[in-house]
Amino acid sequence: MSAAENGKPMTTTQPVKFYQVGSFAVGNRLVDPSQRTIQADAARANSITSGHRGCQGCGEALGARYVLDAAMRATEGKLVAVNATGCLEVFTTPYPETSWQLPWIHSLFGNAASVATGVAAALEIRGRDDVRVIAQAGDGGTVDIGFGCLSGMFERNDDVLFVCYDNQAYMNTGVQRSGATPPAARTATTETVGREPGNPFGQGKDLPRLAMAHGIRYVATATVADLHDLEAKVERAMGFRGARYLHVLVPCPLGWSSAPEDTIRIARLAKESGLFPVFEAVDGEVTAASGIRKLVPVEEYLRLQGRFRHLFDSSGAVARSDVVARLQQSADANIEKFGLLRREMV
Amino acid sequence: MLSQLEGSRAVAEAVACCRPQVVCAYPITPQTHIVEGIGAMVKSQQLEHCRFINVESEFAAMSVAIGASATGARAYTATASQGLLFMIEAVYNAAGLGLPVVMTLANRTIGAPINIWNDHSDAMAVRDSGWVMLFAEDNQTAVDLHIQAFRLAEELSLPVMVCVDGYVLTHATERVDVPAQEQVDAFLPPYEPRQVLDPADPVSIGAMVGPEAFTEVRYLAHATQLRALERIGEVATEFAETFGRHSGGHVSTYHVEDAEVVVVALGSVLGTIKDATDELRDDGTRVGVVGITSFRPFPLDALHEAIGDARKVVVIERAFSVGFGGVLSIDVGLAISDAKARLSTVVAGLGGRAVTEAGIIGVVKDALGNRLEALRFLDLDKEVVNRELARMAGTRRSGLSTENMVRDLGTVASGAL
Repeated sequence: MSAAENGKPMTTTQPVKFYQVGSFAVGNRLVDPSQRTIQADAARANSITSGHRGCQGCGEALGARYVLDAAMRATEGKLVAVNATGCLEVFTTPYPETSWQLPWIHSLFGNAASVATGVAAALEIRGRDDVRVIAQAGDGGTVDIGFGCLSGMFERNDDVLFVCYDNQAYMNTGVQRSGATPPAARTATTETVGREPGNPFGQGKDLPRLAMAHGIRYVATATVADLHDLEAKVERAMGFRGARYLHVLVPCPLGWSSAPEDTIRIARLAKESGLFPVFEAVDGEVTAASGIRKLVPVEEYLRLQGRFRHLFDSSGAVARSDVVARLQQSADANIEKFGLLRREMV
Repeated sequence: MLSQLEGSRAVAEAVACCRPQVVCAYPITPQTHIVEGIGAMVKSQQLEHCRFINVESEFAAMSVAIGASATGARAYTATASQGLLFMIEAVYNAAGLGLPVVMTLANRTIGAPINIWNDHSDAMAVRDSGWVMLFAEDNQTAVDLHIQAFRLAEELSLPVMVCVDGYVLTHATERVDVPAQEQVDAFLPPYEPRQVLDPADPVSIGAMVGPEAFTEVRYLAHATQLRALERIGEVATEFAETFGRHSGGHVSTYHVEDAEVVVVALGSVLGTIKDATDELRDDGTRVGVVGITSFRPFPLDALHEAIGDARKVVVIERAFSVGFGGVLSIDVGLAISDAKARLSTVVAGLGGRAVTEAGIIGVVKDALGNRLEALRFLDLDKEVVNRELARMAGTRRSGLSTENMVRDLGTVASGAL
C-alpha cells in the first residue's frame, strides 16, 4: 500500500541510518542537515558561479568557492570581495563575462589588502559596516609582492578577512618560485639541476606565523581536503572584527604536475604527513590544531607530484633520500610543535 | 575668509571644506604638512565623517583611495617625488578604473642624487597616466583648484591631481582666502558614484580586457579627457560665479596681446616671470606670459590663441627628458601655427635652484636677439661640468660625478640654497 493510498502525503521521507566507521567515507549527504556543507544548500550564494575558466582539478577554484559561500552565509549576503591579480582573477573575469555573484573589485597584484582597507573605511564612514570585506590573493600576492600592504592592513587592524590561496608558486605566469615555494620543489625558476635541485632549503616565509606576530585577532590554516573545517574557519573569522588571516593550501595540478583527480588527496597528504599544519590561533596563540588521523611519510605526499619527481627513480623508489629526509624533518618538527599526534587532537 | 596661511595649511583647509570621507596619509617632504593638517582636523572633529588612515607606503595610500572611491566614498591623498613614483602603478590603476580620487602633488624632483627641493620631474613622470593634472601658480589658485578638482573628478569619474610647487608654495605663507563651508557645499554636491561596490547590486570592477576592446577602452579615456577639457573651462566659470574670483581654467595670460615674445610655464615660476615681464615692459620690450593651468588634458586651442602671432616662444621648464630636452615644449610646439615662430626650451629651477628675475630677463633678451638656443640650461655652471667631463675622460675610475662636482663647488653650495 502506497503512502498516498494511506492518506499520507507523498513527500514523507524515510530517515536513513548510517554507521560511522571512523572515517569520512560516508560523505556529506548522510550528515545531519545542520552539519552539512553550505554547498549542499540549494540556496547557497554561488559566489563564483559555474562557467569560469579554472583548470580541471584547480584547488584555488574549489577553495575560493567554499570560502566565499561560507562568508556570504555568515554575513547574510552582505559581503564585498577584493581580489589580487592572479589565476583566480583571470579565470573568473574575462570581460564581458564574470563569475562573481557578489560585489567584486580587482585593482592590482600587490595591493589587495590596501584596497580592502579602503573598502572597509568607506563602508564604515557611510554607515554600512554591516557589510563585510574579504580580500583574496594567491601566495605571490600575499607573501611576496602583496606583503607590504598586507602587513600594514594587519598592523592597523582594519576590518578585513584576508584569504591566501597558497599553491606555492606563481602559477598564472607559468610556475615561477615564490616565497611560499617549498624546498626541493621544481618551478620554472628553480629547475631540478645542479647540486641542490629545485628550490633551496632554508628560504621562504611562514605567513601564518607572521600574521600571528602582528597580534591580529584570528589566524587559521586549512586545506581543500577538509572543506567542513575550511567553512567553519571562515564562519569563525567572520565572527571577529578587525584584521583576520586565513591561509588555505590549494594544490595546483598544472604547477605541481599532479593529476587533477588527486587535488584533494594531495591536500590531505600535506596535512597527514605533517608538512602543512592545520591550526587556528586567536590573539596570537594557537588554540587548536587538526590532529593527524593516519600518519604518512612525506614521500607519499611528494610521490604524487611531478614537481618532486627528481627525488624518485623511474620505479618510484626514493632516489634522493637525503632531500626526502630533510623534508621529513620539517614535517616532524611541525608534528612536534603543534602536537599533531596527540590523541585529544584527533 | 582672508588669512595669512602656509600654503600647505591653506590646501588642507580647502580639502577639508570639500568634506573628504577617506584621507590616506604617508609622509614625504614637502607634502607632509598638508596631511598633517587634515589629520589634526579629523582628530579634533573639526572635519567630521572622515576616516584618516595612516598607511605604510604611497602605493598603499593610492590603493586605499581606490578601494574607498569604488565603495562610494570621497577619497583624497597627497604625495610628492619618490612617493608618486612608488605609487605609480596604482596611479595608472585609479585612472583606468575611472575613480574620482583627488590628490595633491607637492612637486619635488626625483633622485638620485636625492634632493628634496622643487621641480616638476615627478609630475612629468605621470603625464600619460590618464589623470587630469592641474598646476597652481600661487596658493590662492591651489586652494581654488582643489575645490574645482573634486567637482571635475566626480562629474567625469576621473582622478584629478593638483600640482602645487613644493616649498615655493607649500611652505610659503601668504594671504589666502579659504572659502566658507556653505559656499563650497553649494558648489560641490555630495559624491554620487557612477558605479559602487554594493551587495544590493553586485558589480565586478576591474576585470580583464583583451585586444578586442582595449583600444576602445583607451580611446574612451581620451574622449573623457577631452570632455574634461570642456568642463574645466565651464567649472572655472561656475566657480567664479559662486566665489567671485577667477581661478582655474585652461591657461592664464599676462600681456600677450601685442607680445613679440611669449614665455610659457607651469606653476609658481609664473610669478617671477610676470615680475620680469613688468620690468621688461617698462623698457618697452613686448613680452607676454602664458601659464598653463590644465596640463592634462592639454589646452591646445586656448594656448594657440594665447600665443597668437608671437615670433618667439620660450618655454621655461622645471623638468626635462634626459637625452632629448623639453617635455612641455613638445606640447607647446603643437600650439604654434606660425611656421616662422621660434620655439626655445629653457630648463630652469631643477632640484630647487632659484629661478631669478634676472635670469628670465636675460633669456627674453637673448630670444629677441636671436641668441637663445633651442635648448638652454639656465644658470648652468659649465666650468664645473667641464671639469668633471675632463676628469671622466682622463681616467676610468674618476669617482662619483655628483660627489666630485659638489666637492669642486665647496661647502658654499648647500649654504646657497
